[in-house]
Amino acid sequence: MFDLLVLVIRRDLVLAMRRRADVLTTLIFFVMVVSLFPLGVGPEMDMLRKMAAGVLWVAALLSSMLSLGRLFSADYLDGTLEQMMLAPQSLSMLVLGKMTAHWMVSGLPLVMLAPVLGLQFDMPVRELGVLVAGLLLGTPILSMLGAIGAALTLGLRGGGVLLSLLVLPLCIPVLIFGTGAVEAVSSGLPIASHLSLLGALLVLSLVFTPWVTAQALRISME
Amino acid sequence: MTVNWFKYSAPTTFYGLAGKMIPWFAVSAALLFCAGLYVGFFVAPVDAQQGEFYRIIFIHVPTSILSMFLYLIMAGYAALGLVLNTRLSSMMATAIAPTGALFAFISLWTGALWGKPMWGAWWMWDARLTSELILLFLYLGFIALHASIDDPRRADRAAALLAIVGSVNVPIIYFSVQWWNTLHQGSTIKFSGTTMHVAMQQALLIMLLACWAYAIAVVLARVRSIILERERNTAWIAELPEVKR
Repeated sequence: MFDLLVLVIRRDLVLAMRRRADVLTTLIFFVMVVSLFPLGVGPEMDMLRKMAAGVLWVAALLSSMLSLGRLFSADYLDGTLEQMMLAPQSLSMLVLGKMTAHWMVSGLPLVMLAPVLGLQFDMPVRELGVLVAGLLLGTPILSMLGAIGAALTLGLRGGGVLLSLLVLPLCIPVLIFGTGAVEAVSSGLPIASHLSLLGALLVLSLVFTPWVTAQALRISME
Repeated sequence: MTVNWFKYSAPTTFYGLAGKMIPWFAVSAALLFCAGLYVGFFVAPVDAQQGEFYRIIFIHVPTSILSMFLYLIMAGYAALGLVLNTRLSSMMATAIAPTGALFAFISLWTGALWGKPMWGAWWMWDARLTSELILLFLYLGFIALHASIDDPRRADRAAALLAIVGSVNVPIIYFSVQWWNTLHQGSTIKFSGTTMHVAMQQALLIMLLACWAYAIAVVLARVRSIILERERNTAWIAELPEVKR
């Protein structure tokens, strides 16, 4: 079972590396959105420091939406997805592999880039640490919830916009707890509750979303 | 005598039943609205703190309650349709969505009108307001997904899955938003006694019943149209007097 997981992850990573431009576009989008905020609201450092966590989280949310459309579409178009569904292995496991690969390609780089962008907003080091911890727990949830939307909108016209419409409301708790942790540390409150809740959401999505996504794929493919 | 419990789960028989039920619910909705608004605006006393402004409660609270209940009912019908593969359940879910979205919208609108004199602002990022807004987004997502899939059966099942995921998420969203910020006044009606004047309570109750009756009448009318649209090529539709004409 784990061989299958590793196989799917490795395959998707190789495919992503063959098309590096797609991965980089998402990252550049993330950097650009974050950089636009100081231009929009003015360069006062006090204000920027306060909104840094929120800006980074919202930008991460938007750029993860951007790459979700590609999660299943290439495999759907060339028929690979159909073969995967016919395979005797469990579809949920396959889906989990694809989600993990998607996170490693589009979520993990954001997490690693976030502290650098946080410095632009003059975030203290302690807050940066909490921000990264929150993003590490939160971005996989975004990939997993997004996979449900990606499977439901597979092959539809205008799928990309529809996908954001479906998935963004479901991501709100992740955003709240992620930014809440940073706010707590900046006002000297304990952060354990926020991070534990994020962890709980992560475990919950890890259990349920692969199966739900598999069901959604079956609906979309019949 | 055996009773066929599933007689009205077929669109063929339900179409006629719904047609007979609609006038009853529509008339009672109209009567209850008139009675509720009369009691609310003329009989109920002025509130000690909020003056005349509080009277918007008679529209705000029933629509909020209904918007939440209708989401659950919609998700329930959608789940039934997904599991048992019954056509009528999915049609009911599709028919409920616009009414639920409408109630969520009215609830937000009247909340804004109430917020201006009470809090001094049209909109506050308060927990209940925000979760009501998210509920409206969930309704809109359901409607948009259903509308963008051409094959009605696939649309039913995809939207059903979304509604189920949404209803699992609703409590999580609700509590996360509540911890995030709370400004809204707590519930006044509790199971153990209430702090409300009797006339206010009666007006609220009548308005709630009126909203229920309205929702049922409109949903039944909409489901009849959906049945007609989806089954237009069947023999029993061609036999209907209103189609033959």
